[in-house]
Amino acid sequence: MNREKEVLKIEHISKGFDQLNVLDDISLTVHEGEIIVIVGPSGCGKSTLLRCLNGLEAVDDGHVYLGEETVNPSVKNITRIRERIGMVFQSYDLFPHKTILENVTLAPMKVQKRKRAEVNEEAKKLLERVGLSAKMSQYPRQLSGGQKQRAAIVRALIMHPEVLLFDEVTAALDPEMVREVLDVMLDLARQNRTMLIVTHEMAFARAIADRVIFLDGGHIVEDSDPGEFFTLPKTDRARKFLNTFTFDTVNKEI
Amino acid sequence: MIDTDVITNYIPLFVDGFFLTVKIGWLGILLSFLIGIIASAVLHFKVPVLSAVVKVYVELFRNTPLLVQLFFIYYGLPVLGFHVSAEGCGIVGLGLLGGSYMTETIRSGLDAVPPSQTESAIALGMSRPQVFWMIILPQAFSTSVPALVANVIFLLKETSVFSAISLMDLMFTAKDLIGLYYDTTESLFLLVVFYIIILLPVSIAGTVIEKKARYKIFGS
Ligand SMILES: Nc1ncnc2c1ncn2[C@@H]1O[C@H](COP(=O)(O)OP(=O)(O)OP(=O)(O)O)[C@@H](O)[C@H]1O
Ligand SMILES: [Mg+2]
Repeated sequence: MNREKEVLKIEHISKGFDQLNVLDDISLTVHEGEIIVIVGPSGCGKSTLLRCLNGLEAVDDGHVYLGEETVNPSVKNITRIRERIGMVFQSYDLFPHKTILENVTLAPMKVQKRKRAEVNEEAKKLLERVGLSAKMSQYPRQLSGGQKQRAAIVRALIMHPEVLLFDEVTAALDPEMVREVLDVMLDLARQNRTMLIVTHEMAFARAIADRVIFLDGGHIVEDSDPGEFFTLPKTDRARKFLNTFTFDTVNKEI
Repeated sequence: MIDTDVITNYIPLFVDGFFLTVKIGWLGILLSFLIGIIASAVLHFKVPVLSAVVKVYVELFRNTPLLVQLFFIYYGLPVLGFHVSAEGCGIVGLGLLGGSYMTETIRSGLDAVPPSQTESAIALGMSRPQVFWMIILPQAFSTSVPALVANVIFLLKETSVFSAISLMDLMFTAKDLIGLYYDTTESLFLLVVFYIIILLPVSIAGTVIEKKARYKIFGS
């Protein structure tokens, strides 16, 4: 692994919907093995940013590069580029008509044209690692939210992506299932995966991040290391944002 | 009373009509599925110009009787210089009528698949056609099985107007025999029996397929 290697390079991108300017001149470079956590208030454009990074959304201005290649929905080899970027969504979005094993093996076989036997073997290993061995031949509806999300992570991993994008992957989960999914991501961190994570789990963010990006008003307001960001944020806006996650002890009137 | 000797004598004639009805019926249905899949994809993806063409086609064919459509194809096309056999006309006519129904049915199935399904498949590097064939269409079919089966049964029943373009199907056989020998009861009895032989398996198979499709996605 080469910490100097630039995996993803975002240069001055802007993105709007109709009148609304969502991202305004964002630049960011992601190095190999780096884990960047993106936080910010609801509607600040976190999802839009991630979606621009794998060409689900077209940027209005600026460029996104994966290695040497330009990422944009209109480039000819966009599907080849997307293979190299894993994305996991808040709502899992497993394919309901396919078993868990089929969900995981579909893209490697159909997109990467890999052999069924090899793909099956890898899928089984990965599913075992996230504790889903027993669920392989079941359909998504038979799994809990946490199990579905772990399967969705495996579905992205089996493509051997150079970078993984996580968009609030625990936001739809019941509290008792959040941990099992975060544990899988911590395991990926230990394997030195390159990841961009959007999350509202602040304790997790602090534990896993190499860098924290605070997005607000379409700008990167802070780009700090987690220790600094969570204890001494540079800006008022970040401080206010972090305050929304803390509660003072209630002093009851006597 | 039903004369069993007459029945025995007529059965081979009805068997011929049966095979013709089944052949034209199912080829027409196959064609209607092809048309339905393509036309519904055009509507679902809002393909410019073609969407308008599909909408006109659907309205036109859903709102005119099959008999009129058949006459149009059978007597109209030769005028334009196209010569199609009666069987060909039957298949095309049924296919076009069925296609208009299938288009609507499949389209509502396609529209019911959440857009996030497309996005997660696209994010895995799948191409648009792959997403359509492997992800959206199977889910659309699963939810529309009951309506699709109803369409198939409707179309098989519609084959009974084929006799009008002198195709020797079941209806033609029955009418012919009644006209020649006045064995109305026996002929109608056989007509009913053979239509049931055609339709009952479809109805049963439909229920089985519906259960299977529902089980995967919905569990029950
Ligand atoms: N396809 C779209 N069309 C129009 N507006 C959109 C679209 N997608 C997002 N937006 C708007 O862009 C803004 C940013 O949305 P985005 O989903 O990126 O925010 P977010 O930071 O992910 O928010 P959350 O924390 O709620 O997930 C929002 O105001 C949203 O309404
Ligand atoms: Mg979001």
